[in-house]
Amino acid sequence: MKSQAETALPLDRLTRLENIGHSLQRSAFLYQPSHMEQLHDLFELARRQGLSIALRGAGRSYGDAALNSGQIVLDLQGLNRVLKWDAHNGRITVEPGVTIEQLWKKVLVDGWWPPVVPGTMYPTLGGCLAANIHGKNNWVAGPLGEHVIEFTALLPNGKQVTCSPKKNKDLFYSMIGGMGLLGVFTSITLQLKHIYSGNLEVSAWVEPNLLGMLGAVDQYRESDYIVGWLDCTAPGRSLGRGQIHSARYLQPGEDANPEDSLRVEAQVLPDRVFGVIPKNLIPVLMSPFANNVGTWGVNTAKYIANRMIGNHKTFRQSLVAFSFLLDYYPIANFGGKAFIQYQSFLPKDTAADAYLHMLQLCKRAGLPSYAGVLKRHRPDKFLLTHAVDGYSLALDFRVNRGNCARLLQLAAELDKIVLDAGGRFYFAKDSTLRRDEVNGYLGLKTIQKFKALKNKLDPDNILQTDLYRRCFV
Amino acid sequence: MVRQKKLTTLLLPESPLARRPRAVVVGASSGIGAAIARRLATEGYVVAALARSKTDLDKLCNGINKTFGETRALAYEHDVTELAQVPTTFQQLLKDLGGIDALIYVAGVMPGVEIDEFNLDKSQAMIDTNLTGAIAWLGAGAALFQSMKSGKLVGISSVAGDRGRVLNPAYNASKAGLDAYLEALRNRLTRLGVQVLTVKPGFVDTEMLKASRSPKFGAISPDRVAAGVWAAMRGRKQLVYLPWYWRWIMFVVRSVPSFIFRRLSF
Repeated sequence: MKSQAETALPLDRLTRLENIGHSLQRSAFLYQPSHMEQLHDLFELARRQGLSIALRGAGRSYGDAALNSGQIVLDLQGLNRVLKWDAHNGRITVEPGVTIEQLWKKVLVDGWWPPVVPGTMYPTLGGCLAANIHGKNNWVAGPLGEHVIEFTALLPNGKQVTCSPKKNKDLFYSMIGGMGLLGVFTSITLQLKHIYSGNLEVSAWVEPNLLGMLGAVDQYRESDYIVGWLDCTAPGRSLGRGQIHSARYLQPGEDANPEDSLRVEAQVLPDRVFGVIPKNLIPVLMSPFANNVGTWGVNTAKYIANRMIGNHKTFRQSLVAFSFLLDYYPIANFGGKAFIQYQSFLPKDTAADAYLHMLQLCKRAGLPSYAGVLKRHRPDKFLLTHAVDGYSLALDFRVNRGNCARLLQLAAELDKIVLDAGGRFYFAKDSTLRRDEVNGYLGLKTIQKFKALKNKLDPDNILQTDLYRRCFV
Repeated sequence: MVRQKKLTTLLLPESPLARRPRAVVVGASSGIGAAIARRLATEGYVVAALARSKTDLDKLCNGINKTFGETRALAYEHDVTELAQVPTTFQQLLKDLGGIDALIYVAGVMPGVEIDEFNLDKSQAMIDTNLTGAIAWLGAGAALFQSMKSGKLVGISSVAGDRGRVLNPAYNASKAGLDAYLEALRNRLTRLGVQVLTVKPGFVDTEMLKASRSPKFGAISPDRVAAGVWAAMRGRKQLVYLPWYWRWIMFVVRSVPSFIFRRLSF
């Protein structure tokens, strides 16, 4: 017995891993494969050691989706080659560790752009596809998964598969959005969007309350992107007021010099905010305002300024500056401190009442969200989908030892409202749901289907994450 | 090793944001170790209790879990002198607990030694358990805490480590070695935010003391030691004598010049 027992994994593999919000720190045995061939051996290693494996990209999720406390984590960022780029048809085949940043920098000069991007350019495409991310154009473009022509994957049972909406359809619709629990993407082929300028035409205006915001996000759907920034600290009937940003792609001819705006250099984010303040100073400068009163002051000043200056103004902004605001304002409101995001997706009929109720509840609990983001969505066909025909509201909360218990209590109350209103949640953002709520919004039938599939593809349950054990076990 | 097929749900589901801290107590079946395990569970820790004796461990863990009405203590049968099993056991603990926030090494032996006896087996047993086992476990903990830039490493040493005496040379040597190892870890890890605590109890009312030829004046209960250890952990102390007056006693003992000390039968 003893002689055949393999020695334990080396302790110098132990690495502290985080999420984007710094809300969780967990240690795991970290492996960073640089070739696809290593994946198979790593699965075997895990199997022999009796440990599970979590797949991790850039670690940009908000909760525990890419953590595997005390077990093995595979960091796939090293698998980052672009395998094929067809500039004529806008089709690109990449390895899973290629980031959104790498992608746009590669294709922009040829007049292409990722059809769906998150609010930051640093996630990997493997991670984006596992979470099936959406952008500010979800109601028209759907999630990223709808732009996948085909992917190949290595399953924990050792099989290699190729999936597309036609081929291995079941796997296609469950691995995308499957949070890396069914297999490893080994190559991803995407259909990109043809663009005629590196700039967007952006309009910005303010709405005086939540209803105005919901209405605006609903009505201006002829634009290509729309997003609302909510003030969740505003008093009384102004609660949920904010600014709408809508944008549309420029048509051929609208940009006189597309060759100029389609250069990577033309897109680079300014490293100074307002042209004077270095970006890395923002967290320091904002930290005095990272409390309820300070945030109220900042939000109010922002709202009034936006109403007075440049309301309903239309201007051109680079794709990168518009799309990747999170990279532009580095988590400004939190001064680098730990935070979580609570994002809920509600059907259009129940959203207004439920969101108002939720915002009031947050305020009453003394935990107003410091940043709220509103978007429009439509349903899709993916098994663990978070989308609905309606809206999503993402609320950021600072989390520390002092408010953690109250925050969890609040989250539980919000969960109830969301579930009663027929809403859904999003695993890439979540860090508070429990199995019961997940069963509640996905439905037992979906869960059973997912588990049956997992059992088939991963009979030894090798692929696990903290999120998996929290929500599915 | 075990296959993963069936998920171990050893612990109650917790919110990741409000997870109980995890402690590993090596040498937990009796005396000081058991008291520390109970104390840490009371302070909100989930405790993995390691010892050779499965029966004693089960008694301890069942007692703790019954008190709190939930799984707060897990039993692991382990012999620290089986060095090859330390890394695999450590890995198993990491998996089961999902991380470790505090590691307390308590295991220690002190066989009775005659004043003119030089028995290699007895000496070897003390070095193996009190020093080599400690280095294996505290070293594993140090590797983890170094990467996490947090954590508490605690070694239960003894006032016996402060001076070599006539009664039990190998015991003195093992504890002096442990002191030096802990000091070195402290110098490596404090700068990273890891607490390394050396605990030096005087006489403690345990089986080990009863079996020894040592004087027994002023012996305190293991529970008092555990309380002192917890206070020092919480206060981020580096070295603590229990009870406090042993610091001054040992100051005097260390100050006695050798030409006098070697004439004493102390």
